[in-house]
Amino acid sequence: MAPPNTIYGLFPGPDSAERGMNALRNAGIDVSKIVVMSSVPYEEYSFGCAPPPKEMPWLAVLGGLAGGAFGFLLAWWTQEAYPLVTGGMPILAPWPTSIVTYELTMLGAVLTTVVTLLVTCRLPSWGAKLYDPEVSNGKIMIAVVDPSDEARTDLEQRLHGAGAAEVKTTGRFSAV
Amino acid sequence: MAAKTPEQINEDLLRPLSAPSVRYLIAFACLAAIIIAAAFAFGWQVYHGLGVAGLRRPVFWGFYITYFVFWIGLSHAGTLISAILRLANATWRRPVTRCAEVITVFALSIGAAFPVIHLGRPWLAFWLIPFPSERGLWPNIRSPLLWDFFAINTYLISSVTFLLLPMLPDLALVRDHAAGTKKKIYAALALGWRGTPDQWRRLEVAMHIMAVVVIPVAVSVHSIVSWDFAMAIVPGWHSTIFAPYFVAGAIFSGIAALIIAMAILRKCLHLEEYLQRAHFENLGKLLLVMSLLWSYFVFAERLTAWYGNNPSAMAVFWITQTGSYSPLFWTMVVCNFAIPFPLLAIKKLRTIAGTVIASCTVVVGMWLERFLIIVPSLSHKYLPYNWGTYRPTWVEMTITAGTFAGMGFLYMAFSKIVPIISIWELKEEQHLVPEHIPLLGETAEEGAD
Repeated sequence: MAPPNTIYGLFPGPDSAERGMNALRNAGIDVSKIVVMSSVPYEEYSFGCAPPPKEMPWLAVLGGLAGGAFGFLLAWWTQEAYPLVTGGMPILAPWPTSIVTYELTMLGAVLTTVVTLLVTCRLPSWGAKLYDPEVSNGKIMIAVVDPSDEARTDLEQRLHGAGAAEVKTTGRFSAV
Repeated sequence: MAAKTPEQINEDLLRPLSAPSVRYLIAFACLAAIIIAAAFAFGWQVYHGLGVAGLRRPVFWGFYITYFVFWIGLSHAGTLISAILRLANATWRRPVTRCAEVITVFALSIGAAFPVIHLGRPWLAFWLIPFPSERGLWPNIRSPLLWDFFAINTYLISSVTFLLLPMLPDLALVRDHAAGTKKKIYAALALGWRGTPDQWRRLEVAMHIMAVVVIPVAVSVHSIVSWDFAMAIVPGWHSTIFAPYFVAGAIFSGIAALIIAMAILRKCLHLEEYLQRAHFENLGKLLLVMSLLWSYFVFAERLTAWYGNNPSAMAVFWITQTGSYSPLFWTMVVCNFAIPFPLLAIKKLRTIAGTVIASCTVVVGMWLERFLIIVPSLSHKYLPYNWGTYRPTWVEMTITAGTFAGMGFLYMAFSKIVPIISIWELKEEQHLVPEHIPLLGETAEEGAD
């Protein structure tokens, strides 16, 4: 997949990036068309905010329950399938079963969390996409995806005006 | 740490990933030679049988199980401590966490190998897996040894993911600074990480969930290792205090291992600006707390045995207090309490050198503790006609030396492949907190002053 048609600014710090974000908002750009990338999280700035993934803890709980159920069934099945002489004690021994159940509950929660993270972050994603290696050097990228051709000059001016160290383009804008 | 630009931090922490120096290669080769020697010793044991080890009736658990417990204990250095500090939002943890988490992954892998080495016929290790077979032999899923299987694997998988997930942004950073094949490899490893606010937020939430989950898992792992002993009606083992006693000992030895690893990294990779005295001092205070806790557990465990005056338990008690194992016991007390206590309690002595010396003695002391839990109880079990001795052979010594070399080898290799300090977390710290690293017990205002 080719990188989308974008105009983006690389900002040297969070304050200028915040100004850049506000400039784009003032220009009437829909927030869903703005993409931000940074080498560290900036949750205390509006440009770095993202809605809390409320589903993740609940999915971890569900994964834990599924893991625990699997652990219990595994312990139950192995003990029932190979019944030791227990001298009248229960075949399904509660204490050891609880340990296997506990461990697999935790494992289920961990694996579900990992899978949820990867799926919701759309990772792995190795194809060509919008990115600039300067982000690794501390620059903050604020991009507008698929703006109209008429808005190009205005957006570039606004990004420069907000303090972008560089303004770049991708896709059809680069070909112009 | 003096405020640094992102470029400076990148330069400092990506430098260790450059081409290895001659000294690095020599050290690497030495460790590899010890590992090869250990592999030879293991091959010798496999070919000639377990008889070439010093394991004789009545001591069937010797060096191998001692090292199993020792390495699993050491593994508590990382994920557990990292998770606790993460949940406590201790900002000074940032340069420390990855060094620690790597210890967990490697120490746990090495520890988990010992039961297989101990099997005698390791090619039949799969017999331990509970699956239907024509032999009619199913392992007892109620056995504490099988609990180990689940606990260690859960902790290992949790620790690996706990290490790998926050590594993604740094792998992306290395990708952006690499070229050619190296760039392709790191691009694959980074999974296409870009650092959008949504990715950061989700990573943070995932790490929080993992930290919450991994703490009870870590506690359960060493509890279950302790139950390998405590579930047996063996003098000196059958104790209800064993689980917390083992967990405390594991965290104790884990912190000590972490301090040693940090000191070596600081010196060898020139990370003096990142691993500062305050980090050692804070970890030294935690080590002091654990030293006191461990001493309390040892006293409580010994007092209960002495007051009960059970003849078989007293035989083990006296052999370690005044008998043939007493030099080891009192060395353990010196190493775990008498030396670390003043070094860590007196502020002037709680320097980098002081904490490292204390940590070295603690690692030795904790190894002795593992040995003294296992061998005296087995060698003096019940009636005197059944008593015996244990002496490790060259095979056990070589294999166990190989595991230390293996740890060093893996750690060195890792520090050449991945930034050993989490770069993005360090940068995040730079824009979130003041330059001063608060000491444990210091208020934010004092820190700001």
